[in-house]
Order: sequence, then C-alpha cells, then structure tokens
Amino acid sequence: MDTLAFFAIFLPIIGAALAMPFGRAWGDHAAMAVSIACICLAAIFSIILFFNIVGGEDRIVTLFTWMAVGDLQFSWALRFDSLTAVMLIVVNGVSSMVHIYSVGYMHSDPHRPRFFAYLSMFTFMMLMLVTADNLIQLFFGWEGVGLASYLLIGFWYDKDSANKASIKAFIVNRVGDFGFMLGILAIFLIFGSVEFSVIFENAASMADATFHFLGWEVHALTTACLLLFVGAMGKSAQLGLHTWLPDAMEGPTPVSALIHAATMVTAGVFMLARMSPVFEYAPWALLVVCIVGALTAFIGATIGMTQWDIKRVIAYSTMSQLGYMFFAIGVSAYQAAIFHLMTHAFFKSLLFLSAGSVIHAMSDEQDMRKMGGLARHIPWTYAMMWIGSLALAGIGIPMTFGIGFLSDLPGIGFAGFYSKDLIIEAAFADHTWFGILAYWLGTLAAFMTAFYSGRLIFLTFHGKSRVEEKVMAHVHESPWVMLGPLCVLGFGATFAGAIGYYWLVGYGMEGFWGHSVLVLPGNDTIEAAHHVALWVKLMPLGLAVSGLVIAWLYYIVIPSLPATTVRAFRPIYYLFFHKWYFDELYDYTFVRGAMKGGDELWKVGDQTIIDGLGPNGFASASRALGGRFSRLQSGYIYHYAFAMLIGVVVFVSWYFWGLGG
Amino acid sequence: MNNFPVLSLITFLPLVGAAMIFVMVQGKDPEDIARRSRWMALFTSGITFLISLVLWIDFDRSTADFQFVETMTWFPGLNISYHMGVDGISVLFVLLSTFLTPICILASWESIKDRVKEYMIAFLILETMMVGMFSALDFVLFYVFFEGVLIPMFIIIGVWGHGERRVYAAFKFFLYTLLGSVLMLLALLVLYLQAGTTDIPTLMQTPLASSLQIWLWLAMFASFAVKIPMWPVHTWLPDAHVQAPTAGSVILAGVLLKMGGYGFLRFSIPILPEATETLTPLIYVLSAVAIVYTSLVALAQPNMKKLIAYSSIAHMGFVTIGMFTLTMAGVTGSIVQMLSHGIVSAALFLCVGVVYDRLHTLEISRYGGLVHNMPKYAAVFMVFMLASVGLPGTSGFVGEFMILIGTFQVNTWVAVFAATGLILGAAYMLYLYRRVVFGKLTKDDVKAMPDLNARELAIFVPMILIVIWLGIYPSSFTDITDASVINLIENYQQALADADGVDVAAQ
Repeated sequence: MDTLAFFAIFLPIIGAALAMPFGRAWGDHAAMAVSIACICLAAIFSIILFFNIVGGEDRIVTLFTWMAVGDLQFSWALRFDSLTAVMLIVVNGVSSMVHIYSVGYMHSDPHRPRFFAYLSMFTFMMLMLVTADNLIQLFFGWEGVGLASYLLIGFWYDKDSANKASIKAFIVNRVGDFGFMLGILAIFLIFGSVEFSVIFENAASMADATFHFLGWEVHALTTACLLLFVGAMGKSAQLGLHTWLPDAMEGPTPVSALIHAATMVTAGVFMLARMSPVFEYAPWALLVVCIVGALTAFIGATIGMTQWDIKRVIAYSTMSQLGYMFFAIGVSAYQAAIFHLMTHAFFKSLLFLSAGSVIHAMSDEQDMRKMGGLARHIPWTYAMMWIGSLALAGIGIPMTFGIGFLSDLPGIGFAGFYSKDLIIEAAFADHTWFGILAYWLGTLAAFMTAFYSGRLIFLTFHGKSRVEEKVMAHVHESPWVMLGPLCVLGFGATFAGAIGYYWLVGYGMEGFWGHSVLVLPGNDTIEAAHHVALWVKLMPLGLAVSGLVIAWLYYIVIPSLPATTVRAFRPIYYLFFHKWYFDELYDYTFVRGAMKGGDELWKVGDQTIIDGLGPNGFASASRALGGRFSRLQSGYIYHYAFAMLIGVVVFVSWYFWGLGG
Repeated sequence: MNNFPVLSLITFLPLVGAAMIFVMVQGKDPEDIARRSRWMALFTSGITFLISLVLWIDFDRSTADFQFVETMTWFPGLNISYHMGVDGISVLFVLLSTFLTPICILASWESIKDRVKEYMIAFLILETMMVGMFSALDFVLFYVFFEGVLIPMFIIIGVWGHGERRVYAAFKFFLYTLLGSVLMLLALLVLYLQAGTTDIPTLMQTPLASSLQIWLWLAMFASFAVKIPMWPVHTWLPDAHVQAPTAGSVILAGVLLKMGGYGFLRFSIPILPEATETLTPLIYVLSAVAIVYTSLVALAQPNMKKLIAYSSIAHMGFVTIGMFTLTMAGVTGSIVQMLSHGIVSAALFLCVGVVYDRLHTLEISRYGGLVHNMPKYAAVFMVFMLASVGLPGTSGFVGEFMILIGTFQVNTWVAVFAATGLILGAAYMLYLYRRVVFGKLTKDDVKAMPDLNARELAIFVPMILIVIWLGIYPSSFTDITDASVINLIENYQQALADADGVDVAAQ
C-alpha cells in the first residue's frame, strides 16, 4: 500500500516536472498527455487507497527528517486516515477532470505546457496539504497551493488586472498566514511539538492550560485555535479576508473550478477538521468560527444576487458555501462540513466548468447582460448547469418514511440537498444562541442561493437573446473533451450526496471516520440534527424552492421586476452590488496606508532625520569647521576620516610595541 | 591531514593568487591582460573553494570544540598569537565566502571592462580577508581581518561603482564603519588589559564585572550593528548597494552583512553574557522596528537595488532577534537565515545585475514584460523571489520559521512584530517582480534584451540547488551547527547562573 500511496501523491509532481520539457521536445500534445496520464493514474490509485484506508488503521509513511533542532523535531511524512482518503478522492478526482477539460478550453493558448505544469504542481501541493502529518508540512502544502494559485491567477501575465488579482490573492492569504504561523507557534509552545499525533494525544490534558500572549494571560487552546482560524479565513475566503476570491476569477476558468471552488479554498475547512481534537477543547474558538461562517454564508449570498459577471456570481456563491462549512465546524459538525466539502467540490466545479463552456461558446464574454436564450445552442452545457444549480440550491424530495435501501436517507435529491440541509439542521440542533443565529442566516442564504442560481440560468439560457450578432454567429457547443468531464462531475453532483450520506454522516459514520475526527460527547450535533422538528428541516428546502420560483418570476415572467426592486431598495442594492465596500475600505486604509507610510519613512525618516542628524549633519558640521582652519586640504571629509583611522592604528601599534618592549 | 594548515591555506591562497596576477600578468594588450586576470582569478578562487570543501567533509559534527586549529606565536611578549580555527558557528560562513567569490568573478566576467586586473586582485584580497575574519581565534587577528575587509570593498565601490554618487556612498559607508571600528578597538584594548590576552577561547572563559560588560557590549554593538546593519544605523547600506558594481553588492549582501551577526555570536554573547541579558530588549526593539520600518520603505522604492537592500535590513532584523533569544531554535535559525540570505540576496543582486548589464539602469519603471523575451530569467528570478518571501521548501522559510519558534517562546510581542514581515516581505517582492517581469512588453530597449546566457545560468543553477537543499533538508547544515549552538547556550546560561551566585554571595 505504501508504494501505491507514494505514487498517488507524487505522480502529479512528476507530471508537472515533465510537462515543460516534454512540451519543448515533442510539442504541446506530449506535455498535456504526460500530465493528464500522471494525474489520472493518481486518481485511480486514490480510489484504491480510499478502500484500503477507510475502516482500517491510520497509516503514517515517514520519508526523512525535515528539521531537527533542540525540541523542534519533525519529518516529512504522509498521514493516511479517513479524512485524508476523502480529500484524496476529491483532489485527484476533480483535478483529473479539470486537466482533461483544459485540453479543450485552452486549445488555442500558446502556453499550454506551462498551464498543465502549474495545474499538476497545484495538485501535488494540495496532496501534500491533505496528507501532512504535522503542521509545518501542512503549511508547506498551504503555501504551495497559494503559490500555484498566484501563478495561475496571473497566468495571462499580459493582463494588468490578472497581475493585480494574483498579487492580491497572495498578500491577502499572507495576512491569513500571519495568523496561521502564530497559531503554529502557539501550538508548539503548548505541546512542544508540531506533530499531529502528539498534539491530539495531549489536547485533553491542556484543556485548562493558559499562557502569556501579548501581556495577557489567555486560555492556551482558544488562542491557538483562533490564530489558526485566521489562517483558515484567508485561504477559505471568510468574511474579512474574502476580497481576493472574486478577483481570482481573472484566472482561466478551469483554474477557478479546481482551485477556487473545489479544492484550495476548502483547505481551511480541512485544516479545522484535522485539528478537531484541539478545537473541541476550545469552545470559544468554535463560537467565533460559527459566527464568522454564518455571516460569510449570508453576505456572500447577498453579493451573489447582484453581480453580472457569470464567474463572479459563482465565486460569491463559493464564498457563501464555504461559510456553511465553517459554521458546521463551529457547531462541531465536522463530518457534515467535510461531507459538504465533498459534494460542493463536485457541483461547484461542475458549475464553473459549465460557465467556462458558456464563456467558450460566447467568445470569452462573461457578462450575463450580453447573454440570454443560449439553451437551444448549447443544450449539454445547459443541462449540466441545471444539475449544478439544483445541487447547489439543495433541491430534493424529503421523506419521513423509509423505502427499502433508501431508508437511511432523508429523501431523494441532488448532492447539496443532503449536505447543506444537514449543516443547517445541525446548527439548529446545537441549541446555542450562535447555532440558532447560524440556522437563520443559513436558511436565508439558502433562499438567496436558489435565487441567484435561478437568476444565472434564466439570464444566460432563457428569454430573448441579448448576444451581439457577431458573437452569436460563433456560438457552438463545446467539444466532447470538455463535455465529458462535465458529465462525470454532473454524475457526482447528482449522486455523491446519496452515496456518501450513510458513511460520512449517517449510521455508518463512526466506523467510517475512526479516529480522524474527534467530537466530544455532548457536542454531537449531527446525531441531534436527525431529530429536529419537521419545520426546521422543511424551512430551508421550502425557501430554496421559492427562491427558484421568484427568480423565474423576476427574469422570465415579469422582466420589469428587477429594475423596480432596485429602485425600491436602492441603498441596499448598492451595498450588495458594491460588495459591502470591503475593497474600498481596504484599499483606502491598508494599501494606500502602507504605500504612503513607506514613502514617508523613507524620505522623512531615513533621509531627513537619520541621515540629517547622522552622516550628512556630521559632514556639513565638519566642513564648516574645516573651512575655518584651512582651505589647503582636499576638502573631502573621508580623507580626514581616513587620516584619523590611520592615526588610531599607528597609535595602537605604538602602544602594543611599547608594552612588548 | 591533522596538522596540515588547511585554514591558512584557504585564507591565503587567494592572496597568493592576487600576487601572482599582479606579478605575472603583464603586457601591452589590455584585452589580453584582462582575459588572463579573469581566468587566473577564477582558477584561484575555484581551487580555494574546492579545498574549503575539506572543512565540510572532515568537520567533526559531534563536538563544539574549535577544529582545524593552528597556533603560532605572533607578538611573543604580548600573549597575542596567530590563532586560527573554526567551530560549528563559523565554518559555514567560511564556506559561504569561498562559494560566493568564484560566483562574483564569473558575474564580473563581462560587466567589468576597465582595470580588470586590479579588480580581480581586489576581489582575491577581499576573499582572504573574509575567510580570515571567520577563522580568526585571536581578537587582534580578527580585528585586522575585520577592518581589512573594508579596504578592498571601499575601493571596489569607489572605483568600479556605477553611480554618480559613489563617492558619497563610499564616504557614508566609511564614516559609519569608522565609528564602529574605533569603539571596537577601544573594547579590544580594555579586554586585553583586563584579561591579559586576546585569545578568543580564553576570553570566553574570563568572567568580567557586569558594569564593565555593559560598556564593552555597547562598544562592540556599535561596530556589529553598523555592519548587519540594524535600524537606525542602516542608511549607508542602500546607498552603498546602489553605487556598488554587481559583484560588490553580492559580497556586501552575501558576506559582509554577516560579519555583524557573526560578531554577536562570537564576542558579545559568549564573552559578555550578563550584558547580553541586560541589553537584549534593546536588540528586540531595534530589530522589530527594522522589520516593519524597512519593509515599508522597501515597498516605496523606485530603484531595484535599493528595494533589495532594504529587504536585506528587514531579513537581518530576523537574524538579530533569533540569536538573542538564546534558544536552540532561535540561534540555529539565525545562522540558517544568515546562510540563506547570503545565497538568496546575493542571487537577487545578481538578478538585478543581469538586467543592469543589458539596460544600464536600476529604475524599476524602465523595465516590464521581461517574461516574454527572458523566460529563463523570469523563472530564476521567481525562485529567488520566493525564497526571499520565505516560501516553505526554500531556505528562506527554514531560518525564519526557526527564529519565530524561538522568539515566541521568549517574547510573543516580538514574535508578532517579526511575523508581520511575512506579509510585508511578500508585498514588496511580488510588487517588484510584477513591475519588472510581468505585463506587456512594450518598451523597445527592453524588447532587445537577450535571455540568460550559459555563463549566467552556470552561476544561478548551483545557487538554486542550495536554496532548495537548505529548504528541504536543512539537517545537513544544522548537524554542523548543533553542538556549537548547544555549547553557546549552555555556557551562556552557566555564566548567568554563576553571576547570580556571586551576587547572592555578595549579599
């Protein structure tokens, strides 16, 4: 199994390393072939691995020492448990589909080998992240995916907006990493180790520990967890550190699907689930996670309703869905968060790739105001977009009675129906004030989710065509190399929820997860979620259906309604449309502040004050003095200085000789 | 091999090479003189590097004692001797110096056209001084090398520098260092009068009164702080870099800045432990200010070399914080960070040199879109930019992380300030890279720039390998430093404990 594991992890980086030389030697097709072959093999291996790992013992494959200095000892090591197994399938599975899809999507790009090399490198880094056995290796993968994201957002480096977006993504993530790094430092201070096994074993005994942080006596685990959460907020675009994600849509659409929807942005969720044995002993940290997640879910959805760029709508939807995952963690429903992570990976990458197919058909047009009536022209894409949207909106038929093998399921529906509803119910079942808050915000967000999904479909595919004529002439369905992956992901978006339900969050849960996730007795909100009142279960679904219906009314039946609504609620509309003014605020305070501060420190601090009082002041003072004595000298101050030094040396030599003699 | 004076050989071989160039390279044809000087300098420094690998191979990792020791009487009546030797703290700096010198000579291959012979001689003398400085075990000997380094450096900036303000820069450089040197000389004299010897290992065992320690510490601090440089005595560095020729910047950033850090580790901490304990807060404050302050200033720079110079100051702020935590991780981290910075910043200045050789300007705004016509260059620059940013897997991360681990255990405030370097460091480097490398290629003169040639690639490839090696498997380096660092910390704590004992007894 170790060999298999080794290949599942390292094949992608081999593909990445070979893509560029293969491309140079035998052309773009060789480059694409080698990276696709590597990634597909890795995906197959991960499926085999999945069945090997789940239910078995955790395995750790140690490679070699990384750092060994005093107490700081850890190695490069791969950890395989159920949590990793799920992530392996998601990462390698979605990645292989995106690789194949990119063959079609990038067919006219002159830099295809580079693109595939980056994609494969990203996949490897993500695998390092999910198989890490210690926090530093997790951080290695964490920064590695950040780098890949930076490179891929800025893949079209001629575009100024793409370069800006890529730097923004990196820096905002670094702000999160600032917290993450301090969190790691705190963990090391508390546990004397950064290795998961040591941390998890000792978490319970540290439940009441305190330490001094910035002059305060603080609860150790709460502080550490909050700092780690700051890192997760950056990577997973939670409210406050979310501003990079929509801009990241400057990258090619396959990148948005793989990195900014299915995998990298969920790394924060994964990290918190991985650290569940610590978070469980930090209830205040969980409270914060829950509130931030719920607000993100809500605010992301409000912005998503108002955007015109098809990719940005989906980007805000991603932000909102990540919010769901976080408030699930906040109420200790880690398994539900990972379950949603998995279903979301399928339907959100499906949505992005379908959007890519639309953009492809539309000759790179992304503005939905210039679309409409496309359903007839690109029927497959249209169908796939519906599947993705229904899965996102969480549509299904609830059942309170069991039918045969379906008896464990809460009903029949698309993937999101199982995972999202469970999260909302778990929040309610937590019976804390923040759980209830999350329930209501999540429910409202579910309504808005359905509305903007419907809006996207109706604006793009229905109604009268608003497409420019010369674009319309070229509208065509995408080739099979793109539609194939769409169908695979469509299958996942339809059935992943029903298939995974029993194992990930149903009765098979305990056997499935083993020790990879810890939930303290009394915090088991998933179990409690199965027993909440019927209205609690039906409310999100009812609102989702009405969201779709209202979208239909707005954009198909009475097309004048949107404008009327905007007029009626102008200030609120502007707030949503301008993304709650986060970008403006940050730009004004931090970006300009840093630039202006740097300039002033340089010109005033360094040049006027330090140099003025220091060397320049000294020079002019001595020049003034020197001028009085004589003008015969050369006038250069350093000549005096040099003479002085020589004088000192002579003096010292004389002194020593004198002593010696 | 035990008695073979390998350290002296490494130290003085370049000097011999310089003498040979001076004597043997004669003739009428300046082209021919230049060519022969280049080859002889490359040959000498290459051989020196190969011999210095003996240190790496034969170094005993299990002991903190000085190795490859050579002792010869120098001033018999004065107890001053020619005493050379290396331990885990210094040996890697010797290797860094011998590694960077041939790289500098290769980097100057085409860019230096005037007085090539003198230039090469200056560089070889510089190498002798650097290696001698890191191997000297006698304070007087150390002082000679320490000051001796400045003379060729001063000349290299003054003669082969490429700015109009090189006289100003050289003067500023000189004035600052002079101040430090005079004070250190005073400290040296006082130490000698107190201990009756200038032998460094003996001085480490000599207890000194706490009040005296403070004065000595401050005097040495003046010298080392200028060299590193620490805020607020840093303003000579950006000017010196901007005016220096590429290879001058490489040595300046790669080795000269480390002289200050090495000085702290070799003198201030082991010889003056009580003063170190008392004055550590000063180091913390100045370093934390430096990290935030110079990072912000770097962000505002329109000049490539100034930007990287300011980033160096920020990185060296990490170093001073790390070593004064006196924790295993902190001190080791500061050594690793110095080595890493020695390679990475040197490489970044080489990257600047590559484009300077082609366009003869350091203004960032004159470039843009280099990725189109210089893809190899873009890739190389990317690697070192990421290492400078401290991406895990590169050398930059290992040092920074160890330092942060050590710092957090001692003082969380300092750790938080230092960690802001994570954000700001990424900001100014990415911003620089974007302006130089990305974007549309519109300027005609930039379009005409050719990609890296074989010589330039040969310079960069070994540096990239070291950056990744140090990033993924730093143990091969920390194994060397381990015993000496443990020894340093144990002696420090022992000295403090003894001093406490004396205080208690006095009461």
